[in-house]
Amino acid sequence: MAAKDALGRRGEDLAAAYLTEHGLVVLDRNWRCRLGELDIVCTDSTRLVVCEVKTRSSTRFGLPAEAVDARKAHRIRQLAGAWLAAHHVPWVEVRYDVVAVLVEPGAQVRVHHYEAAF
Amino acid sequence: MGLARTWSVALHGVAGHLVEIESDVGGGLPGIHLVGLPDAALHEAKDRVKAAVVNSGWQWPNERIVLALSPAMLRKAGSGFDLALACAVLAADGILPQPALNGSVLLGELALDGRLRPIRGVLPCLLAARAAGVARVVVPAAGLAEASLVEGLEVYGAASLTDVLRWLVGEAELLRPGPRPTPVDDAAPADLADVVGQHDARRACEIAAAGGHHVLLVGPPGTGKTMLAQRFVGLLPRLEAAAALDLASIRSAAGRLPDAGVLTTVPPLIAPHHSTSMAALIGGGSGLARPGAVSLAHRGVLFLDEAPEWAPHLLDALRTPLEDGTVRLSRAEGTVEYPARFQLVLAANPCPCAPAHDRDCVCPSLLRRRYLGRLSGPLLDRVDLRARMLPITSLATVPEPWESTAQVRSRVIAARAAAAARWAGHGWATNAEVPGPVLRTRFALPAGVVRPLDSALRAGEITARGADRALRVAWTLADLAGRHRPDRELVETALFFRDRRAA
Repeated sequence: MAAKDALGRRGEDLAAAYLTEHGLVVLDRNWRCRLGELDIVCTDSTRLVVCEVKTRSSTRFGLPAEAVDARKAHRIRQLAGAWLAAHHVPWVEVRYDVVAVLVEPGAQVRVHHYEAAF
Repeated sequence: MGLARTWSVALHGVAGHLVEIESDVGGGLPGIHLVGLPDAALHEAKDRVKAAVVNSGWQWPNERIVLALSPAMLRKAGSGFDLALACAVLAADGILPQPALNGSVLLGELALDGRLRPIRGVLPCLLAARAAGVARVVVPAAGLAEASLVEGLEVYGAASLTDVLRWLVGEAELLRPGPRPTPVDDAAPADLADVVGQHDARRACEIAAAGGHHVLLVGPPGTGKTMLAQRFVGLLPRLEAAAALDLASIRSAAGRLPDAGVLTTVPPLIAPHHSTSMAALIGGGSGLARPGAVSLAHRGVLFLDEAPEWAPHLLDALRTPLEDGTVRLSRAEGTVEYPARFQLVLAANPCPCAPAHDRDCVCPSLLRRRYLGRLSGPLLDRVDLRARMLPITSLATVPEPWESTAQVRSRVIAARAAAAARWAGHGWATNAEVPGPVLRTRFALPAGVVRPLDSALRAGEITARGADRALRVAWTLADLAGRHRPDRELVETALFFRDRRAA
């Protein structure tokens, strides 16, 4: 596994733990289809929460959350629709969140949860 | 998470509008959204402001930031909003208390390291803030001298964003303007006594100065046309406070106010070269037009030397401002109106070869006609006084010295005072500003007095506008002579100075 994939994997684990800690139930992780991959799909028992996790090891290239741009947001929306179709879920409210994880060497890990980010 | 408000001023020509800047922080991915018709420079403020805040040692909120400039339909241009935007973001993030910002207008461009850079048009911005009832204004320290011209406002000068933030929380003081600079009388313009002879032209200049009329000087080279024109401005009275402030506002909008910010009461003399472009003469530029020479000469003199060398379209572009006293310039981003009540002084040679004595001219008659014909009829129609300069025949001149600026100026000021007293109830200061219909109705002269005008009109020697203009000159002549109203002789003198054959 490449170093960047290991970092991403660690970030997703941290994010999943964070979300669980804050009362969300993780339904699916790293769900793939031909459109791409959803990092975390969870629910707060009233709506589906589709969560994009972005992990970085420094802010030299900007904050992790800044990397989620309009194109990425668009793809996640499409993926969420694909997930709902694949699981035969009828109409449900969907919220799109971003969890930014900053894992700087020698510093405490920082997790920031942007609810309803887009 | 929060909402905050700050205030700034959008400049539209020389008119400012108070702009409220609202900032909402939170509820989304990090990013800055600027709404409310910002132009390109203002869009770039997003990056400048963020860098300036971070480099000043404050935390930039890592959330969605919406900045709204209202009124949203007013176009906002330039970099002067940076300081207000930065403070709005920090207040919405809870770093600054909102009450500290209430009632203050913040002006200034931010450098990436948090220094406050000077902006164009501080003076008109402050005048707009005062008109909107704002109590306090923060300007870049470099603009403090200019800001001190405005009374009735608490003005503060800051060198950096940190200064402003510390001042807002009461930790530090900002610079205050020094005492209001006393209007300076720049070095007196050259004296009229230097001009040798030229009785007619001197007289024309005196009348023009007394009544606010436009004048054309025609004569061979070396007879003192340019000298006379340059001394013309010395005959004008000092500008009143309001006019001086108007002029300073125009200069400020053009970015031409001297750094010292001194409020000059000397009427401006603007003498552009004949290769000047239309934009530089009338005002122009992309986006929103900037003031040109006609506006910079507001309440002063616009001197066009070698008038026939000017491109005809430039001279004809002067016609509307000459008539209206303002220029309206329409560009993509809207129409601006700049004041342009100037006195036009034109100087011309009688022909291209222009020998010392006109009888030695070798120009074909057609060329001569074409040369002065470049001054179009409609333009000349607006020139009230024409004077022919005579060749100088002796350097020794007459024994007695020629009249000095001070002597002529005292007569001019007395005449202007008489005119101002007469028109005081109507809002005009000089005879040149009085509309023609008023002169023909409420201040109509007896039929016998205006008979020369009637016969000139009938003979086609003057136009109806020309007759109005001659009437105005006649009133000025009466003011200069200390009379109540013009008589027939003065009307004839006015017509003499209008005579097209002089040019």
